[in-house]
Parts: sequence; C-alpha cells; structure tokens
Amino acid sequence: MGKRIMIDPITRIEGHLRIEVEVENGKVKDAWSSGQMFRGIEIMLKGRDPRDAHHFVQRSCGVCTYIHALSSVRAVEDACKIEIPENARIIRNLLHGAQYQHDHIVHFYHLHALDWVDIVSALSADPVKTAKLSANTSGRRETAEYFKEVQTKLKTFVNSGQLGPFNNAYWGHPAYQLPAEANLMAASHYLEAIKLQAKAARMHAIFGGKNPHPQSLVVGGVTSVGDLTPERIDEFAAIWKETKAFVDEIYIPDLLAVASFYKNWGAIGGNNTTYLCYGDFPQAGINDNLLMPAGVLLGDLNPKPVDTLKITEDVTRGWYEKGGAKHPYDGETKPIQGEVTYNTDAQYSWMKAPRYDGKSAEVGPLARVLVAYTSGQKDVKALVDHVLKTLGVGKEALFSTLGRTAARGIETVVVGNAMGGWIEKLKSNIAAGNKKTYQPWTMPDKGRGFGLNDVPRGALGHWIEIDGGKIKNYQYVVPSTWNLGPSDGKNQKGPVENSLIGTPIADPEKPLEVLRTVHSYDPCIACAVHVTDLHNHSTYKVSVI
Amino acid sequence: MKTDQQHDFYEKLEAKGVSRRDFIKYCTVLTATMGLPYSCVSKVAEQIEQAASKPRPAVVWLHFGECTGCSEAFLRTPDVGAIILETISVEYHETIMAASGHQAEKNLHDAVEKYKGQFVCIVEGAIATNYNGAYGKVGNRTFLAIAQDIVPKAAAVISIGTCAAYGGVASAKPNPGGYKGVGDALGIKPINIPGCPPNPLNLLGVIVKYLSKEPIELDSIGRPMFAYGESVHDNCPRLKFYDEGKFVTEFGSKEAELGYCLYQLGCKGPQTYNNCPTAKFNDGTSFPIQAGHPCIGCSEPDFWDTMTPFYEES
Repeated sequence: MGKRIMIDPITRIEGHLRIEVEVENGKVKDAWSSGQMFRGIEIMLKGRDPRDAHHFVQRSCGVCTYIHALSSVRAVEDACKIEIPENARIIRNLLHGAQYQHDHIVHFYHLHALDWVDIVSALSADPVKTAKLSANTSGRRETAEYFKEVQTKLKTFVNSGQLGPFNNAYWGHPAYQLPAEANLMAASHYLEAIKLQAKAARMHAIFGGKNPHPQSLVVGGVTSVGDLTPERIDEFAAIWKETKAFVDEIYIPDLLAVASFYKNWGAIGGNNTTYLCYGDFPQAGINDNLLMPAGVLLGDLNPKPVDTLKITEDVTRGWYEKGGAKHPYDGETKPIQGEVTYNTDAQYSWMKAPRYDGKSAEVGPLARVLVAYTSGQKDVKALVDHVLKTLGVGKEALFSTLGRTAARGIETVVVGNAMGGWIEKLKSNIAAGNKKTYQPWTMPDKGRGFGLNDVPRGALGHWIEIDGGKIKNYQYVVPSTWNLGPSDGKNQKGPVENSLIGTPIADPEKPLEVLRTVHSYDPCIACAVHVTDLHNHSTYKVSVI
Repeated sequence: MKTDQQHDFYEKLEAKGVSRRDFIKYCTVLTATMGLPYSCVSKVAEQIEQAASKPRPAVVWLHFGECTGCSEAFLRTPDVGAIILETISVEYHETIMAASGHQAEKNLHDAVEKYKGQFVCIVEGAIATNYNGAYGKVGNRTFLAIAQDIVPKAAAVISIGTCAAYGGVASAKPNPGGYKGVGDALGIKPINIPGCPPNPLNLLGVIVKYLSKEPIELDSIGRPMFAYGESVHDNCPRLKFYDEGKFVTEFGSKEAELGYCLYQLGCKGPQTYNNCPTAKFNDGTSFPIQAGHPCIGCSEPDFWDTMTPFYEES
C-alpha cells in the first residue's frame, strides 16, 4: 500500500475539486477525482419556459461562459425545428470563437503556467539574457529594460511581504526545469495576458452586451441587430486582430519555449484510448461544414462517426442511489438526500461517469486535435506537424500532458484564423442589406431535441423534452464530467484518473506533478457536477450543477 | 507642486504604460459610477493615490456555491482600473492562487490569523444549508462551516454577485441544496453587490469608499445606493420609445432594428435596480438592452423565480 495524498482544494480551476492519489516507489499507483459541490440546475428547469433555459444553464459556469447558452438554444431549436439565419450562425460562431481565444489564453497563463514556471526563480534571471531568449523565441521585440522592469515589480511585490496569490506555492520544487530567464519571460507574459484577456472579453460585449454571461442569444437567433454596423464590426475586428497577434507572437512561442524544456512530459499523463468530439463551428446550414470535425477514436487512429445513442451515464461511484448506466433521455437520477461520505472504495464524487459505448472517453483540445488530424483537417495537420518538428518529438508525444497543452494552443490558432473569414462574411452580408438575425417561430406543444457543441473544455451536449410548451425534462452531459468523472460499475476509471497513474512524484508533500496533469484538462467543476431530481417518483435525470 | 507620494504614484503608473490622463479619465468614470458630481473626480483620484501609498488591506475571497462568473467579471477590470486593485492584497482566492491543497488551506488560516479583525472578506456564491451543508465542501469542510468560522473574523463583509447576496441561481425553486445568501445563512448584514455578474466598477467604488473610510449608504436589501439607487428603466437609452409607446414585439423585426423599447418582450428594467445603462460592462462597451435583449432583472433577489418567464411582459 502506497502513501495516500489528498489535494483539496485544487486551485486555478473553476469550482470545487478534490484529487487523491496513492504514491508508491515515487510514482502514482492509483487516483481518484471528486466533485465537491452540487446545485441542481436541471431540476430547477422542470416546468419552466424552454426559452428561459439558456439563461439558467449559462450560470453553470462563468469561466466557460456562453457555451451552455449556445448548447441550450441549439437543443430548443432542434426540438422546435427552427433553422436560424446565416447571420445568427456567424455571430454565434464569432462569440464562440472569441470564447476559445479568451479561455485558452487565460488557461495557459493564469491557470496552468505556474505549474511549469517558477516565479521566485524569475527574480534571479539576467534581463539581458532574457531579452536574447525572447529575441530567439518570441514574435515581439522585448528589451532588457522591459524585463528588468518586470523583475523589479516582482521583487517589490516579494519584498512587501504580501505575496497574495503567489504565496506558499511549490517554488523551488525540483520538477521546475526552466532556466531563470525563461521563468522571467513567462512571468512577464503572465502579466501581459491579464491585460489582454480583459480586452479580448470585449468581443463578447460587442455582440453580446457583456462578459461573462453575454445576453444576446435567443431561441431563433441573436438579438444584437443594432450592433451590426460597420463601425461596431470594425471594433470587433480590431480586438480580434490584437488577440490573434498575442496568440501568434506570444502564446504559441511561449508554449513551444516552455515545452522544449519539458519534453519528458510528452510521455506522462496520457493513458487514454477513447477520444470523443462532437465538432463545432458550422460554416453552412445548421450544423454543416464544421471547422473542427466530429468523430470518435476507439483505440485506433481511424475516426468513426459519433452515435449519440451510445452515450450513457453511470452512477455507481457517485453520491446517488444505485441504478444502471442510462442514456440521457432515459436516465434516472436519485441523489443521496442527506450527508454524504467520501469513500474511494465506494462512492466518492458528485460527478457521474459518462461513457461512450461503455468506455470512458477523453474530450477537449487533445480529442479535437486528434480527430481533426486523423480526419485530414489541413490547418490542424499543418500546425501539429510544425509543433512536433519544432520540439523534435514523435506523434506518440501527443498522447500526454504535454500533448494536451499543445493541442489547446494549436486549436486557438486554427479557430482564431477562421474568425477572420467569418467577420468578412458578416460584413459583406450587412453591406448587401442582409441584416436578418432571427427566425420567427412558435412553440410546439410537444418536442424533443438535443444541442451538441464542442467547447473549449470538450464535447458538450444538452437534451430537452418539451410537453405542453414547458420543459418536461432537461439534461446535460458536460466536458469536465467526461474528463473528471469517477470510476464506474465495471471499475473503469475516468480519463483524469487514468492519466495520473504512472506520474512521477518527487516530493509527496508537494505534488506539483499531479497539478500539471489535472490542470492540463482545464477542469470546470461547477459544470461537471450532475444533479437532479430529489423527488424519487419523477423520471428526471442527468445533469449539471 | 506634486508631493513625493504623488510623484511615486505617477511614476508607478507610467511604468505600467498608464498616463496621468488615462488615470484621471478612469477616475471620472468611477466617480460617476459612485454617484458623485464631476467636481469630485480629483477627490477620488486623491483617495486612490493615498490608498496606494499605504500598506495594502488584506482581502480574503471565498468561493462557495457559484460559477466563478463574479471573479471573472472582476478580472475584466481594464488596465487602468487594475491600479485600484493593487491597493488591496488578495491573500486567498482559489481561482488565481498558485498554491493548492493543504498549502492553500494554510494560506487561508494564516491570513485570517494575521489580519484578524482587519481583513475584508469577499464572498462569491451561495451557501448550502440542507443536510448540514452536505452539498458543498472545500477541504472537507462545508461552505456553511467555513463561512461561520471565517466571516465573523473580518472587518467588513462584501457579498459579490446575486448568489452570495441573495442565493441566486443555486436557490432557484426547488432549491435542492437549501442554498442561501451569506446574510441569510449567517444572520448578518453584508454589503451586497448583486448582479449576474455584477459590474466590477461597483466593487471598485465600494473599495475606494472603504479605503477612504467614507460611509457607504445602503438600500433596504444591503446594496450601495450609489450603484443601485435607480432602476435600469430610469436610465435606459430606449426610455423615450417607452414614453412614445414604440415597442418591439418580435425579435429580428424592423422595430428591433430601430432600437424600440423591449418592455413587451419581457424587459424587467422597470423592476430592476442597477446602473447597467450608465456604467455599462467591459470598459463601457455595452449592456444587455443595448445588445437588443430584455433585462432579466439579475440584480434583484429571487429573480430566477419572480422575473420568469423572462420573455413575457410582467
């Protein structure tokens, strides 16, 4: 029996997550992922107006904001057989694309970087050498004076004794492998990225009124017709350009520079065989010509079409009454009404365990990039090959913590580039006098439908059943539930649990290596925790908190 | 003649690429948000300068039943506004802090002991109260137990967002976890800054007033009057169309394009007290009604139940 390590709270994520690992001979032998909060949004939806659902579900998460609202209106539109106009599709894609840009930048710098970058080491860097490093790697000319200034700022901060967010972390840990200069360069860009993200979020505010929780989607289209002026579109385009420049000149070079010192992480944090993605960014019709293709990899590199009927959820190890694995339309959820006990041999999480054809599946950037690559998506293929060549590693390195983090950067570029074309298309439609952004419709008495999308953290699906013009049943199966869900009735672990096994741990008191792999999935726990019906006679089901 | 203190302050600003002019411009926005006349801009600027020269008050930011949208909103404060954020020291904040696990727990414990009776406690999210708070835990303690332990040790308590203020979405019917706002769950009267999310300018206004020890006038449900004293309707740019009886009755219509009043599509502006039309979001970029969507009343208690269905005239 190895030593058990509990990390709770896991910070630099959304929500309340506990990770426990068993360490033997310096390596993780077993792992458990546990969601620690439960609100129950889909139960609140029962009996409400289907048009209101997107406002409720958007509050699943303020980090991955917008995306649940998008899934929700797609689900209701599917149930009510509504085809939205082209401009609405473009604006939704632009808002979704903006979310990818913002979310991935914030993840890399503010949620993930401190697992690789030692802030304290940056204090001893030579600013002149840092400027040289930056000239060799970064797309921007940054001077020794610039780095000196950042270093002084960090020193003042440290000397003030009020370290705030940087206090008491794993600084000096032997697993930090960057030279001081690379630490200083990355720390500088951490600060730049704070400014940039506040700007990038304004893309949502332009066509969505605000961020987080933009408010311009409605079932049938979008409402921001008043913002479809050349000036407003130019304002959006200017921020898009500035954000894209940051991605191309800072984020990707930093990703490659940091990764080049951590190539050993190309062999750690993989262990999954099934990769699922629904695809997204329709460029025609309702869901046609997807920029990021849909597909599932089942233990090989031949993507198969996704069959949503193969999706089930298992509650054996969650804090629910016992029941078999069920499809979202047929599921039944009976959470324990009372105090719950954390026991890794029995029930240990508020999350359910989603399965595809009975198997646990990784979703998210790595799944999307693998499916796109194996489907022959040219932009993705070119970038993946470029990244592998630059780092001098083989394709097997993709199936790892490093590969997952690189995939996130790769798709940021692909989506960012595509946004330029969508902006142009929107402009030309407006110039031609086409401002149609909404399709009038009437609520059917009965209907059933689902909305799928692939969001920054992975495959997201919402299922709705309408009866008497009201919500009879509403369920969602969320990326972080796929990735961070617990074991199931067949003792198959979830993807994060799998990935942690075999991870080397230098110091059990400071399990930095565990954080690296957990953060590489960009967990969002408020989204991931399913809840549902507390009334045992109801047929209510799946979903999120 | 500038004082040394001012000199240092503006030097720091310039190092960040923020000119004195940018700073004063931002103070003008903030002064307006705080409901003060234009003549007070220099006073607000001075208050910030003074605060920046003093030891930074410690802030402990707790996360309970929430979606982190309020933290995200706070992080959208533009560059210039970040100067004000540097006048405080955030000692504990799970979304941004480097430490995890027991090192994080230690930071919380240490900050609360070191700054006992002096720190500002900002709470994001509602508190689960059913089954002894079983539905929400951090570090194996329930939200309720953590709040009961930490909050009474603070010098001031701010509930950020509608969840912490009044329960928010977690407490929407049938409220499975028995979620409540901080004031209700603990029987105290915090400063409430509701909104889903709240405007970060409203938090900055409270911080500046707090740092300069100015009284903060609250309404009957704990909201600062400077931000929540008037209804969204009172200041709505579409108000003239309301008065003229010109309404949008269908999204995507000619009337929608002309920017007519959204009341008949269910706009809750008349019942909702907040400064959205004047402060706007994301550095003055927009707010929902400007984006053609009715107000959903997100800064009012129980709006998920009392303001729904959102798209029906109330």
